[in-house]
Amino acid sequence: MLGYILRRILAVIPVMIIVAVFVFLLLRLTPGDPAAIIAGDMATPAQLERIRTSLGLSEPLHIQFVTWVGLLLQGDLGTSLISNTPVTTMIGQRIWPTINIAVMTILLSVAIAVPMGVLAAWRHRTWADYAVMSFSVLGFSIPVFVIGYIFIQVFSIELRWLPVQGYAAPSDDFGRFLARAILPCLTLATIYVALIARMTRASMLEVLGEDYIRTARAKGVAERIVLFRHALRNAAVPIMTIIGTGFALLIGGVVVTESVFNIPGIGRLTVDAILARDYPVIQAMILLTSGLYVFINLLIDLSYTLFDPRIRY
Amino acid sequence: MLHDTVTTRLSRPRKGWAMKARHTVAGLLAGALLAGTGLVTPADAAGKTITAVMHSGLRVLDPIITTAHISRNHAYMIYDVLVAVDENFTPRPQMADWTVSDDGLVYTFTLRDGLKFHDGAPVTSADAIASLTRWGKRDSGGQLIFDVTESLEAKDDKTFVWTLKSPFPALLDTIGKQSALPPFIMPERVASGSADEAVKEHIGSGPFVFVEEEYQPGVSVTYRKFEDYVPRDEPASWMAGGKVVHVDEVKWVTMPDAQTAINAIMSGEIDYIEQVQIDLLPILASSEDVTVETRDDLGYQTIGRMNFKHPPFDNKKIRQAAQMALSQADVLGTLIGNPDYYTVCGAIFGCGTPLADESGAETLISGGDIEGAKKLLEEAGYDGTPVVLMQPTDVVSLTAQPVVAAQAMRNAGFNVDMQPMDWQTLVTRRASQAKPSEGGWNIFFTNWLVPEINSPLISPMLNGRGDNAWFGWPTDETMEALKAEFIAADTPEKQKEVAVKIQKHTLDNVLYIPLGQYASPQARSNKLTDMLPSPVPVFWNVKKAD
Repeated sequence: MLGYILRRILAVIPVMIIVAVFVFLLLRLTPGDPAAIIAGDMATPAQLERIRTSLGLSEPLHIQFVTWVGLLLQGDLGTSLISNTPVTTMIGQRIWPTINIAVMTILLSVAIAVPMGVLAAWRHRTWADYAVMSFSVLGFSIPVFVIGYIFIQVFSIELRWLPVQGYAAPSDDFGRFLARAILPCLTLATIYVALIARMTRASMLEVLGEDYIRTARAKGVAERIVLFRHALRNAAVPIMTIIGTGFALLIGGVVVTESVFNIPGIGRLTVDAILARDYPVIQAMILLTSGLYVFINLLIDLSYTLFDPRIRY
Repeated sequence: MLHDTVTTRLSRPRKGWAMKARHTVAGLLAGALLAGTGLVTPADAAGKTITAVMHSGLRVLDPIITTAHISRNHAYMIYDVLVAVDENFTPRPQMADWTVSDDGLVYTFTLRDGLKFHDGAPVTSADAIASLTRWGKRDSGGQLIFDVTESLEAKDDKTFVWTLKSPFPALLDTIGKQSALPPFIMPERVASGSADEAVKEHIGSGPFVFVEEEYQPGVSVTYRKFEDYVPRDEPASWMAGGKVVHVDEVKWVTMPDAQTAINAIMSGEIDYIEQVQIDLLPILASSEDVTVETRDDLGYQTIGRMNFKHPPFDNKKIRQAAQMALSQADVLGTLIGNPDYYTVCGAIFGCGTPLADESGAETLISGGDIEGAKKLLEEAGYDGTPVVLMQPTDVVSLTAQPVVAAQAMRNAGFNVDMQPMDWQTLVTRRASQAKPSEGGWNIFFTNWLVPEINSPLISPMLNGRGDNAWFGWPTDETMEALKAEFIAADTPEKQKEVAVKIQKHTLDNVLYIPLGQYASPQARSNKLTDMLPSPVPVFWNVKKAD
């Protein structure tokens, strides 16, 4: 197992190198000039050129690349060209809202979706199944910002139960965090509940048709134990995969939800950096996201051993 | 009590990632327990904190390296200026009083008593001189003054003398202007750095202190009242007069979604929105707690600018034909829609300003003249050379002009190649002097705050120095001579006389096309009172009810 984990971690290195080269070149080939953003509309071409030089953007591409990689190897992600702030500081400020919202959304989604999926499979082709499937279709079909606006209109504007927007760190004030996190988490959870419930149902339906389930029932095992201990555990591998992938997507940033609820997460950081051609921030974010995807996929693979003893690494 | 809260927040140590992670996990576990209990927190009690949604996120903190409005607005919070124009465009003493020698060559400035930087150090002549010098390397008006500067020297800690080689009657107006680059006064150690690199220390002597620990670029910025700031005695007027602060803190937050900001002000979570999208105004009309108003009567001027280096707009008659085809009413009607918020105005210096004159703009303000444009094109021998028109698709205030202009020009017989792109691509491409067919361009559109173009000394489009001019690069010796004449004009009457000549010359040569003025409505909670009218949103004078 340890050897497998090590091999997987080492396999990340070539992936990251390819991502780094690709992102660096892609950004430099895209039209755009951070100096123009900094200097504003009134700057003359000569002033822009001087700012470009001071930012190191007038250097040949290979020199810029070597400088960036050199810093990267020392753990330095560079400094934002626009705000002059270290990229690590910016990511440090923005990643916690994203992680907190993602974790809460996934917990909420799993807590709702898995029982829903189990129920739908257990009561296959009954009103319960149809209700779950209808919700799934709705959850997939309605754009996330529409759901967000509906929640805001109902819970914030009409009922005045929750704030419209914003974020507070749970470590600073838990009440404020909770009040602000509920609506975005519910909004995002709508999609993930739909996704996980559907996957749980499909996977459970397959398992519930297996011989060992029939045997368990014939032996008089309680239905609750049949469903949750025998069936769900065996159906867990695809469910875990979809949960893991969903979590990776959430961590990668959900820019629409972040915008609607004004959450300062990494999705907005990335989009703002792209619009401003803030190269060090974009490069760092793409590297970070790639790394996170690889890491989460590793965790998903490792989690399979918890549910299926036949899987060995 | 409120102040205590602020102090506590400011002195709170910054937590490491590990600690935050622990808190996160603890928070989430507790959240799981409490989620079902119905615990909800009402909208924050804001106290004496004003929470404002500004037109964009603050990312560049140095107001001298950039002309971004948000950076200038930030600078007015934390820095002060020597001289400031009031609402009558008259320069008033702010940090300094002055005397001028009879020959107009020697300006002696004396700093007023009680001026202090936020680190407690007194403001001295050395700070003012270093700040003016750095500003003079970036600002076009400042460069003109430094072109005729003999010396700028400190007489003592509170007095400095600016000696000119030739008179520059508009000196006080130029250093007192409120846009785009006012000469903000920084400590000498900060201002003595390069003018092409952003300053790294943000200490001013203005009415608010920048709270660096809470700053998140592009997300939020917090300003705390500077307790040691000594306001002037005169009432506040635009950027001049007594900057009396009545709140403990001002917090600017960025909301990328306009609807979210509207919802937040209606629910009382924020106090102020600097710019409200006009199509969202009907939603605010239903709220009794919010007032919508225009606090800046001058607003913005929207313009078109051509490339003088390449056909077809290297031909004056073809430029005139394009101008003749355009109608301000059509552009503004499409861009703004609601006539309450726009003004058809042919004055290149902006309507409502002392130099305003509409000579030469007859077709622009009367609906355009397509037939006249066709005739001019024919006379010019236009051969169908495509006009590469750059259309930004990601800036709401710039999406309509290209579309309306392209159609009007097509109606007149132009072969228009409208190319959609994001604003960043546009600003890169407009710096290219290549042929339009090889990555260059022929025409683009942008907007200016009227105070940024209300004088020939500051309007970038009136620079006729060829490759050293603003994008489009016109070589126009007549314009340069007219500007020199304006600099030498020593009375407002004489200045106006020259300004009218500049107006006529600009539109005759189509140095740029003024496409009218528009205002941007703001929204404020009715808890805020006594907000000053000003082209720059200011947070002194304003009071907040409990």
